[in-house]
Amino acid sequence: MTESYLEELKKLVGVAGSEAVAHYPSSEAMIHHWCDAIGDANPIYTDVGAARRFGFDGVVAPPTMLQAWTMPGLKPGEPKPGGAMVEIFEKAGFTGVVATNCEQEYPRYIGAGERISSSQSLESVSDLKTTGLGEGHFVTQVWTYRSGDEVVGTMRFRMLFFRPRASEPRAPSKARRPRPAMTRDSEFFWQGVEQGKLLIQKCADCGELRHPPGPMCPQCQSLEWDAVEAAGGGTIYSFVRHHHPHIPPFEVGHPIVLVELDEGVRIVADLIGASNNIAIGQRVQVEFTKVDDDLTLPQFRILKA
Amino acid sequence: MGDDSRTFPTRASVQVGDELPELAIELTRTLIVATSIASRDYQDVHHDPDLAKQKGSPDIFMNILTTNGFVGRFVTDWAGPAARIRAVNIRLGVPNYPGDRMLMTGRVEAVEPDGEVVVAVRGANRLGDHVTGTVRLALGAA
Repeated sequence: MTESYLEELKKLVGVAGSEAVAHYPSSEAMIHHWCDAIGDANPIYTDVGAARRFGFDGVVAPPTMLQAWTMPGLKPGEPKPGGAMVEIFEKAGFTGVVATNCEQEYPRYIGAGERISSSQSLESVSDLKTTGLGEGHFVTQVWTYRSGDEVVGTMRFRMLFFRPRASEPRAPSKARRPRPAMTRDSEFFWQGVEQGKLLIQKCADCGELRHPPGPMCPQCQSLEWDAVEAAGGGTIYSFVRHHHPHIPPFEVGHPIVLVELDEGVRIVADLIGASNNIAIGQRVQVEFTKVDDDLTLPQFRILKA
Repeated sequence: MGDDSRTFPTRASVQVGDELPELAIELTRTLIVATSIASRDYQDVHHDPDLAKQKGSPDIFMNILTTNGFVGRFVTDWAGPAARIRAVNIRLGVPNYPGDRMLMTGRVEAVEPDGEVVVAVRGANRLGDHVTGTVRLALGAA
């Protein structure tokens, strides 16, 4: 059974696929509706005077609206886009679908009052792949959009049809955070963290601060040292987002910062809280997070400017 | 950008490395649903949270037609009404779920001999990159 659906699919490759004709001619109303939803204020889409000033006969549709014109709509019994292919996938349990790539070209802009048609064919179906969403097949379709006989747009569209995993795919990971490497040099640091203190090594001879902990002062080579408590404020000196490979329990895109503490030493730690706009130079403040029963970590949060 | 008198980049002024003004899109549930319907996309994963969950998604998410729409808007917000988009080539990453925010950034990657410009575009939310890709366009002459 596993093989037969794939054979059925492969028979569809290269065969002229579904044709669709827009239910209605392109219209100012639909263009306006799109521009309102997207928040696109380009006047050539909605203002005939502006459209003429910029070389058109009347308003034009945003070119990226291409696909919308021949979408099937909500009428009962409308065939799904992709027709036979989608049915084969659904029967075989590949009920999930996500688009992965889309390439469009626009030989010209579409105006109002054009009846757009589209023809679609299946370019390729991949073998079974294991993906983050579950196992599935990548499918590439080629679409041609016409107004009358004139080609007004082309599109190559790649999708993944996948079998949703039985378990909750985004359930919080059970994996635990890795334990910090504890040495005789670094033990004081982690003991301080347990008590909500950010302790920095200080040379007992020359007073130089240093981090990460080590046995010898890089300044005067003394082996004698104390620890002082840092205030916990600093600035982002550098940062990175870890995407790949995915290491649970860290989230993909996990932000990691190199913080220059106000005392002058730098420390690597997680960034917590809103991280959409991380930037070098931002002020951060340490927080101590009890991540599980036997691990507390110093983490930093961006302070509002 | 309803105001034609704003200055926009031209074929003469554009340079490789020019950065586009950032655009932050608040991904409200209304936005996800309204844009799906405006693009005539009635797939349930774009408006029905229960059916989206049955299909393995934690919530509804933005459809790809809308992602294309935002990429186009982002580029012409910068390039102005005289610009003509020739091609959009995007790769989809993590979904745009309601309650998140997509920050769009872009940079001029190439100025072709024929005067067309290639802009690299990125739209990132808190999960990572939602969209990365390129837009090829012709800028206004003056």
